[in-house]
Parts: sequence; structure tokens; C-alpha cells
Amino acid sequence: MSTGTGLQARFELAFDSRFSLKVDLELPDRGISAIYGASGSGKTTLLRCIAGLHRSGGGFLKLNDTVWQNDRQFVPTHQRSLAYVFQEASLFSHLNVEGNLKFAWRRSRDKDSCYLQQVIGLMGIGPLLSRSTDALSGGERQRVAIARALLTRPGLLLLDEPLSALDAGRRQEILPYLERLHEEFSAPVLYVSHSLDEIARLADQLVVMEAGRIVANDALCAVLTRTDISLSQHDEAGVVLEARVLERDDDWHLVRVEFAGGSLWIRDNGDHLGKNLRIRVLARDVSLALDEPGASSIVNRLPAQVEAISETADSAMALVTLVLGETRILARLTRRSVHTLELQPGRAVWAQLKSVAVLR
Amino acid sequence: MGLTESEWQAVWLTLQLACSATFLLLLFATPLAYWLARTRSWLKGPVSAVVALPLVLPPTVLGFYLLVAMGPSGFIGQLTQGLGLGSLAFSFEGLVIGSMIYSLPFVVQPIHNAIEAVGQRPLEVAATLGAGPVDRFFTVLLPQARAGFITAAVLGFAHTLGEFGVVLMIGGNIPEETRVLSVLIYDHVEALDYAGAHRLSGGLLLFSFLVLLALYAVQHRMAPQARADFRL
Repeated sequence: MSTGTGLQARFELAFDSRFSLKVDLELPDRGISAIYGASGSGKTTLLRCIAGLHRSGGGFLKLNDTVWQNDRQFVPTHQRSLAYVFQEASLFSHLNVEGNLKFAWRRSRDKDSCYLQQVIGLMGIGPLLSRSTDALSGGERQRVAIARALLTRPGLLLLDEPLSALDAGRRQEILPYLERLHEEFSAPVLYVSHSLDEIARLADQLVVMEAGRIVANDALCAVLTRTDISLSQHDEAGVVLEARVLERDDDWHLVRVEFAGGSLWIRDNGDHLGKNLRIRVLARDVSLALDEPGASSIVNRLPAQVEAISETADSAMALVTLVLGETRILARLTRRSVHTLELQPGRAVWAQLKSVAVLR
Repeated sequence: MGLTESEWQAVWLTLQLACSATFLLLLFATPLAYWLARTRSWLKGPVSAVVALPLVLPPTVLGFYLLVAMGPSGFIGQLTQGLGLGSLAFSFEGLVIGSMIYSLPFVVQPIHNAIEAVGQRPLEVAATLGAGPVDRFFTVLLPQARAGFITAAVLGFAHTLGEFGVVLMIGGNIPEETRVLSVLIYDHVEALDYAGAHRLSGGLLLFSFLVLLALYAVQHRMAPQARADFRL
């Protein structure tokens, strides 16, 4: 099993009788892998073990061909090709912004000043360089911290809830920078978060943790359609679709996007034809009809087939898994509706999407 | 105010003693303070208590045990004689060692507090950015805890200047070797030379006041958390 590329991690440690971490994880060698879980599920501990900040006996850790930890060796943190962005501001208070960036840059393998300028541009922090770290807003601080992490040219970037200490406005301010990271940074990124919204926007791979164990680890779209994990019970549960802009209706300011299973009309945000978009459909925004609905204010109606019906923790509600071509989406309905529509696996239905959100 | 030659000698000797003791103490106290700030060992309590002992013990008690230890049959005396250094009792080197022990808590505690205030996080961040342990000490811990180090150096220096009991016990009163200011003041008083005692005492009082004033000024300019370092 140790021939694959990407990240392989096995850790087993017990803190006390209430919490233990036991994981065996393999992640791809590129893209953003999100680690989702409630607080106390062991996400940060896992990240600290990977960084070597927390020592666990008998663990195994390997990034591509480099072993960082096994029974015989433990590579100390500063010799691992990684960078870590902490949850709260972690800039050095005795240095200004430029000093913080140079701290990382001077210790990187090749001190390329073009790269320094490129990262400063990428994170939009050029005007902040001579500022003291106290004079930054929370959002600016995290952008500097992310830039500083990138400057070490890490083979693995670890982000521990980098947005959780920020208010909603600041979060929206940073997300575009994280999306750029996705496009321009080739090394794998581990992104710990308990926000489904952030994960839906950023992640390619999704790992779900509960009580120190990994309960799911797969491509984002696949994990979001699983109804056997508590993620599906979340009010914000839903799926993401990768779609492409197909045509534009200038009269009504709409564009038609196509995904592997149908097409949707969405609001025209000025995206050019052929552009790839990521779209999110929440389970609570999907309703079902047995026949093609007649006049309705709902624009997006798609033929689908019921694949499965699962119970939820809420005794009044059920989750219905629908298949549209190659795509699965979830619908949250009352159990009475499931009963009156006589829904069962294999049944053909019409899915009505009340709302779809364009994530990027 | 003119000082006599023997008084200048005492001033010079006192400064030499305070500088040597402070310098060596910083070297010795830094790892000790780091250990105290980080360890979870059961030894932390006992070690902290030993470090703080000079705060509560009469200097004569400390001096007495040091004198015995440095004497020909004491363990320090045995060691130094074995190394061919002779006895440290009634020597300048002996005074330096005595001063270091006497001033130890004044140097360890500010550094200990400052390292605790810096916390583990900046050092973890530095490690993830590729800085090794020595690199982390000089580029992160030292600058962030600098207020504590300055306080430690100033207090260690000022406290050594004014030491009397330990000096008298282990150093005696040998001109150019162990006769420091505090001992000379005592001599002046014994000889009823109050004018001489006033000269030296007044000078020491003024000097100590200025040193502490400078220390508070420096602490005031530094980050608010650094001000908490001086809590003795």
C-alpha cells in the first residue's frame, strides 16, 4: 500500500478515556481535501499529527515518496516540506508584515524574488507590507498568514479553520483568495472546516470525522450524496454539481448550464459561454412531483428517478436520493409526502429545484 | 564628591562582580527558565522552590553554606582543588558564584514569565515555516521575550550591586579581591566615618534608583503583556 502517491497517514492515540484518535487516511496528491467534523471530532489533532506538532507513537505518515513518520523515524516539523495556517492569527508580533513574509521566504529552498512578488499579488497584500501586525484586520491577517505559508513552497499546505475566527463579511473577502489558491497552487491542501458552505466552494475531496474516527473519505460530490452519515442530517445538506455555461438568455438575464444529468437555468452573472461553474443544490430546496408540473414559478424542473429513501433524525422528514443521468441529488421531504406520492426506489419523478447557488 | 583610592577600587570591583555575575547568570538561567516554563515534570515544584530560596533565606545562611562547601573539605572545595584551582573561599571567583546563587531568582523569574507569556504557538509557527530549534530561539523566542531578558539582566545586576551578607561570609574584606561597596560602607560606619558612608550609600541609592527608573521606562514602551514580567 505504500506505493501510491499523495498523503498516507495512520495514527492511533488516546488522550484520556473520553477522546481517542484512530485514523487511516489516504488523500490525493493534488487539490483541496476538506476535513469536516463537529468540534471535538479530532480534526485539529489529526492536522497537528500530520505537521509533527503532536507526537503519536506507532504512527505512519508519508507524502508521495517521503516518509515523515514510521516506527523507526520521526522527521521534526521544521524538516517537513509543509506549511500550516492556524485558526487564529499567528503572525509574529515582533515583525511587521514584510518581516513575517521574509521569515518564511528566507528559509525556503530557492529564494526567488519573483515568487515572493507573485504570492504578494495573489493574496493582495502589497499595500500592507510595511504595516505592523497589530494594524491589520482579521481578514488581512489571515491573508498574510496564508501568503507566508505559501512562501515556504510547501509540498503540503495545512489550513486549520482559517476563516472561523472571522465574521461573515471577512469570510466572503477571503474565499476568493482561497479559490485562487486552488487554481495556482499545485501541492495538496488539507482544509479543516466545520462550514459546509466553505467546503462546497473549495474542496475536491471530503473527509468526514466523527469522534476521532474517519467515517467518509471520497470525492466531494460522492460524500455529499451519502445518506448514511450525519452530514446528510445537516440543515445545509445538499450536493454540488460541476456545470458548464451553455447559452445565454439576454432578455431575462439568465444562462443555461449543463451538468452530467441535465441542464439548469440560473441567474446570469456575466460568465462567458463554456465556463465551468460549481453549483450547489440544497436538499431542502428540492421538491418532487409525479407528473411534469404545469404552470409554476419554479424554473428548473428535471426528470429523475428515485434511488433510495432514508430516514432522518427528524421523525417528520425523509431524505430521498434521486438519480439524474450520471448525477445524484438529495431531496428533503416530509415523510407524509413520501407516503402520499407513494415514492419507492425506481419510481420516476419530476424534481423541482427552488433555488440553486453558484459557488464559483 | 571625591572618592578615595580604596573607594574607587571598591566601585570598580563591585561593577566587575555585578557584570560577571549577570552575564553568567543569563547563560545559566535561560535554559533553566525555559525548562521551568515548559516542563510538566513533578520536579518543577521542587526546582522552583530551590530557585526561590534566596528570596527568603537570610544571606548569612546562604553565605555560611557556601563557605563550608567552598572550604578545603567542602564538595566545591574538593572539586576546585582537584582541578588545581585552589579554594574559592575569600576569592573573587567565589564571590561571583555566591552572587549568582543569591541573585538567581531575580534573573530566572522574569525570563520564566516572559517565556510563558510568549507561549508555544509562535514557536510552532516558526517550526512549520522551516526554522530549527536554535533558529527558533534566536529569531522568535528571544525577540518576543526580550522585555523579560532585559528585566532579568537589570535586576540581576542591581541586586548583585547591593549584596552584603553573602559577600561578608564567603569573601571577607580583602582590598581589590573581595572588598565591594557594601562591605566598604559597613567599614566606614564601623570606623564612624559617616561622611564616607554617606558618599557611597548616596551614590548607590541614586544609581539603583536610576537603574530601576530606566527599567520601568523600557517596560512601559514595550507591549502591555511584557509589563507583567516584573512581578517579584
